[in-house]
Amino acid sequence: MIVDVLVLGMLGAVLGLDVVSFPQAQISRPIVSATLGGAFMGDAVTGLLCGVLLELFAHETLPFGASRYPEWGSSSPIAGAAAAAGAATGSLQMALLFAVPFGLLTASLGGWSMVQLRQLNARLARRRLDALARGSAQTVTGLQVAGATADLIRSGLIALVAATAALPTVRWIAVQPAPLAVYAIPMLAALGGAVAGGAAWKMFHSTAGTRWFGLAGLAVGTLLVVWMSRA
Amino acid sequence: MSVAPTPTPQTSPVLPAPEFPLWTRAVIASRLFAVQASWNYEILIGNGIGFCVEPALRLLPGGEGGEAYRAALARQSQYFNAHPYLSSFAVGALARAELEGQPAARIERFRTALCGPLGSVGDRLVWVGLLPTCSFAVLLLFGLGASPLVCVLAFLLMYNVGHVALRLWGLQMGWEKGLAVATALGHPILRTGPVWMARAGTFLAGAAVPLAVMRLVDGGGLARVGITLVTAAAGAGALVLFHGRVEGWRLALLAGFAALVLFLLRHA
Repeated sequence: MIVDVLVLGMLGAVLGLDVVSFPQAQISRPIVSATLGGAFMGDAVTGLLCGVLLELFAHETLPFGASRYPEWGSSSPIAGAAAAAGAATGSLQMALLFAVPFGLLTASLGGWSMVQLRQLNARLARRRLDALARGSAQTVTGLQVAGATADLIRSGLIALVAATAALPTVRWIAVQPAPLAVYAIPMLAALGGAVAGGAAWKMFHSTAGTRWFGLAGLAVGTLLVVWMSRA
Repeated sequence: MSVAPTPTPQTSPVLPAPEFPLWTRAVIASRLFAVQASWNYEILIGNGIGFCVEPALRLLPGGEGGEAYRAALARQSQYFNAHPYLSSFAVGALARAELEGQPAARIERFRTALCGPLGSVGDRLVWVGLLPTCSFAVLLLFGLGASPLVCVLAFLLMYNVGHVALRLWGLQMGWEKGLAVATALGHPILRTGPVWMARAGTFLAGAAVPLAVMRLVDGGGLARVGITLVTAAAGAGALVLFHGRVEGWRLALLAGFAALVLFLLRHA
């Protein structure tokens, strides 16, 4: 398990770096990073299920500049890995019922840690304002490297602590008898769907004509659901 | 607090458009991906802009470390704010302005004026356009039964074609237009792109959410479908009730852990 935790810590560090510092290619999005976490534990499909659930919630949290938002890069791979580890030892439903809220909680802590990092970066920059005013290339590059390194360490620590807590917990939870577990995924999926639908409305409703596009999409989606249910 | 730039003559002669060597362009383009590495509440991405423009400043008279180089780098490392992808427009334009020898005061005014438009256009085009649209498109693929590999690759490909193209195009436009880069912000992609992204995003959201939920629920009879519908209705009601006070994901976090405890205790 120690090797799993260490590798997941490194994966979380790299994916957490993507959120803001480098390269912002959105490899940190839950649908990607949770799938990678699940794949690392040998079950990419369960990782994807966890990633889709987190992705539905992630629509509500957009990475606008200075605002505080959940940090998905270091949290989602751990959630995906936890879901896969739980599903391998016991119930998929209970594993996801633990992994998804745990991923949300870790993402929230990650968001808090990013605020601390920005304050640290501000302190570093403030101490070097004179050197910046002199046009020191070494200072400019040094601040960039220091910021990225601190971000890598921050996200790695979050992932490491989260993996240490999540893997044994989910393995215990997944084997507990829980007759209601069959309703876990429908509940999480429905909550995620409601949040994603609300977020889509908030993001797009101010653009002229979007409600008709939304209704058309909903009609297509509903027809496909009916058609695929019968097939 | 802002950085006081090293004073430079306000009447510097404007030089002809300089060369922009391919290697310099490539180094700047690669640095653009790390423009936010030192993001902070003091100078925001100011240091990142200085970091990205720096390779071009080595072409100034006196070369790297020369007086003109240091004065320009000091100017470019001051407070700056923009969307990270669209900051490439600023980097290209500022590099050209410095190499043309534009007066320092003019460059500083231009720099200040760029912050607002590059922030708002970028937020609308990327954070509220490209990103959710790609995400809903992949949720639609998931709902239609796509494998993990297809979902991950499709998302990364769709998103990063737009992302990388935007950064590189911005650098090129910034360099071509220089201090007139504001005209590039009227380009149809930036003007009508957000509108069409919003329409595509809404259509995809409408189609993707029911399909994704259906695949997650994966049948299981009337009881599971009933629980899904009731929870969705309760979730939507809670979102309306707590609108503006508590975000949906926080409610889901509480509901998820509460359900976990309930499910475990129910058996005990």
